[in-house]
Amino acid sequence: MTSDRMVDRATRPKNTAGNTPAIVQLTLSRFREFYREPEAVFWVFIFPILLAAGLGIAFRNRPAEASHIAVVSSAANNAVVDSLKTAPNVTVDVLDDTAATAALRTGRVALVVIPRADGGVEYRFDEARPESRTARLIVDRAVQHAGGQQDPVRTTDTRVSERGSRYIDFVVPGLLGMNLMGSGIWGIGFAIVDARKKKLLKRLISTPMSRAQYLASFLIFRLSLLVIEVATLIGFGTLVFGVPLRGSFIQLVAICVLSSLAFGGMGLLVASRARTVEGASGLMNLVMMPMWVFSGVFFSSGNFPKVAQPFIQALPLTAVNDALRANMLQGASWNVVGHEIAIIATWLVVCFTLALRLFRWR
Amino acid sequence: MPAPTPALAVRGLRKAYADVVAVEALDLEVRAGECFGLLGPNGAGKTTTIEICEGLLAPDAGVVEVFGMQWARDGNSLRSRLGIQLQETQLSEKLTVEETVRLFRSFYPAGRTVDEVIGLVQLDEKRKARVGTLSGGQKQRLAVACALVGDPDLLFLDEPTTGLDPQSRRQLWDIIDAFRNEGGTTVLTTHYMDEAERLCDRVAIVDHGRVISLGTPRELIASLGAGHVVEFGVDGSQDIDERTLLSLAGVKSARRSGGRWALQVGAAHETIPLLLAELTERALPLTELSTHSPTLEDVFVTLTGRSLRDDV
Repeated sequence: MTSDRMVDRATRPKNTAGNTPAIVQLTLSRFREFYREPEAVFWVFIFPILLAAGLGIAFRNRPAEASHIAVVSSAANNAVVDSLKTAPNVTVDVLDDTAATAALRTGRVALVVIPRADGGVEYRFDEARPESRTARLIVDRAVQHAGGQQDPVRTTDTRVSERGSRYIDFVVPGLLGMNLMGSGIWGIGFAIVDARKKKLLKRLISTPMSRAQYLASFLIFRLSLLVIEVATLIGFGTLVFGVPLRGSFIQLVAICVLSSLAFGGMGLLVASRARTVEGASGLMNLVMMPMWVFSGVFFSSGNFPKVAQPFIQALPLTAVNDALRANMLQGASWNVVGHEIAIIATWLVVCFTLALRLFRWR
Repeated sequence: MPAPTPALAVRGLRKAYADVVAVEALDLEVRAGECFGLLGPNGAGKTTTIEICEGLLAPDAGVVEVFGMQWARDGNSLRSRLGIQLQETQLSEKLTVEETVRLFRSFYPAGRTVDEVIGLVQLDEKRKARVGTLSGGQKQRLAVACALVGDPDLLFLDEPTTGLDPQSRRQLWDIIDAFRNEGGTTVLTTHYMDEAERLCDRVAIVDHGRVISLGTPRELIASLGAGHVVEFGVDGSQDIDERTLLSLAGVKSARRSGGRWALQVGAAHETIPLLLAELTERALPLTELSTHSPTLEDVFVTLTGRSLRDDV
């Protein structure tokens, strides 16, 4: 009786209609899981723009700022004050000795000028403060000119502000690199560890699903988001701050795609064994922290000591930031960015190989 | 005519974790088309056994054959013939019911349509709802839908109704019945006796990683040789001892648990008057008295001396 039923079952027609390929469904799932999580959308798209805007405003190129100085009031100060009032870019406060010292200490003035009874002038300032050194030079020049000094050499000033050498030009490629790293490592690592913790990975591998297609869906998802991420950040930098795009477009795309895949590989590696989201988060921060600090996102990685440079230059984010800056700011040729591209590609290969070897589905 | 290939054959299965032996020398044979239950308390080794059969765990020793095929050799073709529901899977909360079923459908070369499966598990009204908004029973039916969407020949269900309300349990039972009526083979684990009696053609009672009894629910119950089970409680029940109870005519076994005695008797109407007379003679006031037909629970208690529900 039961065996008859079995025969019916084995020979009955199988329905193969109405099916979409698994890779399409898997990739669609990645997108749905992403855009149905508003926080993720914020961190990936909005946050880098807010950061770029904030930094762009804070470090915008301003006209030369006036030096604030204090002159200590005394019988002899009138001539000095008069000479300083005609000097360009200097604002003068006339204060008594105590008030002037307090103003210097709190940073309200950069320099305290103390006229002496003998006609000389004393400057009081902190040599470690650049604006104090500048103020001293300006004030001394005005005082000496008032005293009758003549310039032996005639000079002229031509003022320039070049796009590509401002802070915002430096920081936009850095933010782009940081964003590629963050979304690559978080975007892939977090989702996979979460699926493992919820035993969803285990459930998936109990079906005939292709494991390669499952992992590929994350990469396709990453590369699709990449287009939007890069376009928003670069578009914002270019339109609002006039950040230059001097390099070849193909080269920029190649750098971004390669970087995104390399960081995706790192995310996969971090997620290959971790069983809890907390454990994976710690691991991800451990991986990303050195790069946030050393890889030249907000300031040049050249600021770190020479001994640390081989380590810093080997970090993937350093290579990504250098390559992006070389492309966007200098319009570098392939030869110039070849070294960075080789470093990124090495990370990509090493991370993926290790990740696939170590990966646990259960 | 040669014997038909069993849907599932397990021989000499053994699996140990670190220092705990989960499964020890376990044998099973599940016939094609039957609903087979692994019944046992938590920690008996049911989940380990079923996950080895599903190809998710490798055994330390023993052979598993599914439709005559082995996991090491035929893993890929086997996976497309099985439908699996795991005990602890949490499906993605951000996807809708329909999207989830469609995703699982895409993994199988052939199968049922998404609409058909959603209808089968009665989730039509919830098809556009996110998984995160479903009740426990609805989530479980969705898990079964994902197991059914590949049109499997063999369905593995690991504690499918644990933690569900009675109505959700009955809905799942109907789904399993329907699958069986179409000729599908089901292997399920449960620690609910009523579920095993209601659903299963045959039951293996598992304890400490071994099959301690095997048969149809009716056979297992009949093996007790008891027509009824009489349960009673008395004030100061320490005053009556097992030997006295066993000396009453018709009493086959007596067991005390939780302040109550359970007697397996040949016929309740013959033993109860004798029991009452005995209690009256000893001036023991009866606090409760009930009788029921023996169940798989009684079989388990008799075999192990423990109750299935003790550790649930």
